[in-house]
Amino acid sequence: MSAAMDTESTYSGYSHYSGHSKKAHRQGRDRHKSPRSKDGSRSEKSVTIQTPPAEPLLGNDASRAEEGQDDNWGETTTAITGTSEHSISQEDIARISKDLEDSVGLDCKRYLGLTVAAVLGLLVFLTPIAFILLPQILWRDDLEPCGTVCEGLFISVAFKLLILLIGTWALFFRQPKADLPRVFVFRALLLVLIFLFVFSYWLFYGVRILDSKDTNYQGIVQYAVSLVDALLFIHYLAIVLLELRQLQPMFTVKVVRSTDGESRYYSLGHLSIQRAALVVLENYYRDFTVSNPALLTASKSRAAKHMAGLKVYNVDGPGNNASGQSRAMIAAAARRRDSSHNELYYEEADHERRVRKRRARLVVAVEEAFTHIKRLQAEEQQKAPGEMMDPREAAQAIFPSMARALQKYLRTTRQQQYHSMESILQHLSFCITNNMTPKAFLERYLNPGPTLQYDRDRWFSKQWTLVSEEAVTSGLQDGVVFVLKCLDFSLVVNVKKIPFIKLSEEFIDPKSHKFVLRLQSETSV
Amino acid sequence: SYLISFSFQQRIEIHKLRQGDNLILGFSIGGGIDQDPTQNPFSEDKTDKGIYVTRVTEGGPAEVAGLQIGDKIMQVNGWDMTMVTHDQARKRLTKRNEEVVRLLVTRQSLQKAVQQSMRS
Repeated sequence: MSAAMDTESTYSGYSHYSGHSKKAHRQGRDRHKSPRSKDGSRSEKSVTIQTPPAEPLLGNDASRAEEGQDDNWGETTTAITGTSEHSISQEDIARISKDLEDSVGLDCKRYLGLTVAAVLGLLVFLTPIAFILLPQILWRDDLEPCGTVCEGLFISVAFKLLILLIGTWALFFRQPKADLPRVFVFRALLLVLIFLFVFSYWLFYGVRILDSKDTNYQGIVQYAVSLVDALLFIHYLAIVLLELRQLQPMFTVKVVRSTDGESRYYSLGHLSIQRAALVVLENYYRDFTVSNPALLTASKSRAAKHMAGLKVYNVDGPGNNASGQSRAMIAAAARRRDSSHNELYYEEADHERRVRKRRARLVVAVEEAFTHIKRLQAEEQQKAPGEMMDPREAAQAIFPSMARALQKYLRTTRQQQYHSMESILQHLSFCITNNMTPKAFLERYLNPGPTLQYDRDRWFSKQWTLVSEEAVTSGLQDGVVFVLKCLDFSLVVNVKKIPFIKLSEEFIDPKSHKFVLRLQSETSV
Repeated sequence: SYLISFSFQQRIEIHKLRQGDNLILGFSIGGGIDQDPTQNPFSEDKTDKGIYVTRVTEGGPAEVAGLQIGDKIMQVNGWDMTMVTHDQARKRLTKRNEEVVRLLVTRQSLQKAVQQSMRS
């Protein structure tokens, strides 16, 4: 019945590594991190100065901090890798196998799940037909003749099977859009249910009908019809469990991005944590503006300046008084009278002004450029065949006049790595083709858009990890917090239950709307 | 200690002035049980629906007799004016055959002056 199954877990990814081979895992991550930073536009790694006894600082500070806190972190937290690609093609498989060491096991499990489901579906579909045909094949002569009733039942079986086929195709035959870490509980339940059901029917059939060679053919056909009816009801159950149950909103989740605090709220129904994470990620690509590491450098340099002026000298000998030293540093930093807030204010005001000036220049340049282009109507096209240009050539013709202003603006707003010249030309020809105004052409550059708008290789976030303290197949509850990590940032998701709303009614008679004049007269006597 | 509120009353006798066919008193009244007491600028208690003097014409008979703006009229010729409508009040003051009206008024400034002198 179901063919697109993404049930199998990629569980064996990380939690094997948690206990023993933390070092190897860390080195593996560092190894495959370096080829990605060829752009030079990755975020700087912030270095936290701790006062450990005598250990060298490692590059990957985030995982180090986590591991330092709790040795059993690997066992108690579920951190499993999943990918969020649409479909796995050959080069994607090669890339994944370069990143993770046991990718062969992962893909086998996934395709195994798919084939199991496909085989089961085929078996289930062919069972009623088999029930009807086997007596005809094996003991045709002994069967009682069964006239119009049986023919009616044949027709009903055929149509019910057709309806079942169409329903299954509509519900289950979909491109797998995500690879979830754990088994999808409801689908697994349904598969087990179907399997048990069909198995028990076959058992009964084998024992009571095949062995005893029952001659009541009408009874056999009715038995097959009852199987098909029950399958249709299971299909109904599948719709309710898989599709309908989570439609009614029960929870509001708040998603906050860790780098710049951008947040959104979504409404979800009864979902498991992994499915909720999937919904959040699907909406992330559409709703959140693209994460731009270049915008975070200002606050990092400020933070560095705070601690730059203070140095700690250990004059009491090699005693590790780590907490005392850091407290002393914090106290000293608080007492220091620094005017960094002033700097921030003036810097921001200055930046604002610069951006607005460049934006004004850009808008004027683009408007001027667009006035040089005119669309030829059909009859004019025959008259002047010499100078006609297609959209691409027209875009190339007017691009130089606005290129400088656009580039300066992109540099000021630190967006230059998201737009290559080729992409700008393409967009320009697209706008010219569709009769867009200069303002419509510029909306893509004036405001940072969602991640989907940009080229795939500009997305700094394609591989996600779900970190959760509870099992990822357990349902959402009030107060659950889970984190979706990618390499550069993480999304912290906080779940809140929608409160129980008590609504009461009050009836107002339309005739009860009465008014009086407020008088204040003055009479002279 | 507790607050004692005084209401000192003054008796004012106004002789009406004849102007053509009418007898006028030379002041304007506001208030009444059919009016909105919250818009009365002279009353201390904004639920007071009594009749108040809102204007006194200069040189008129009321000013000569000592009536002041803001006075609350309690009685007119013995008739109570604390629970009358605006029109009833007007009628009681402008009876055609009366040439003299004797008002019993109460004044906030009087109350305050007495309170101040009692304190000092």
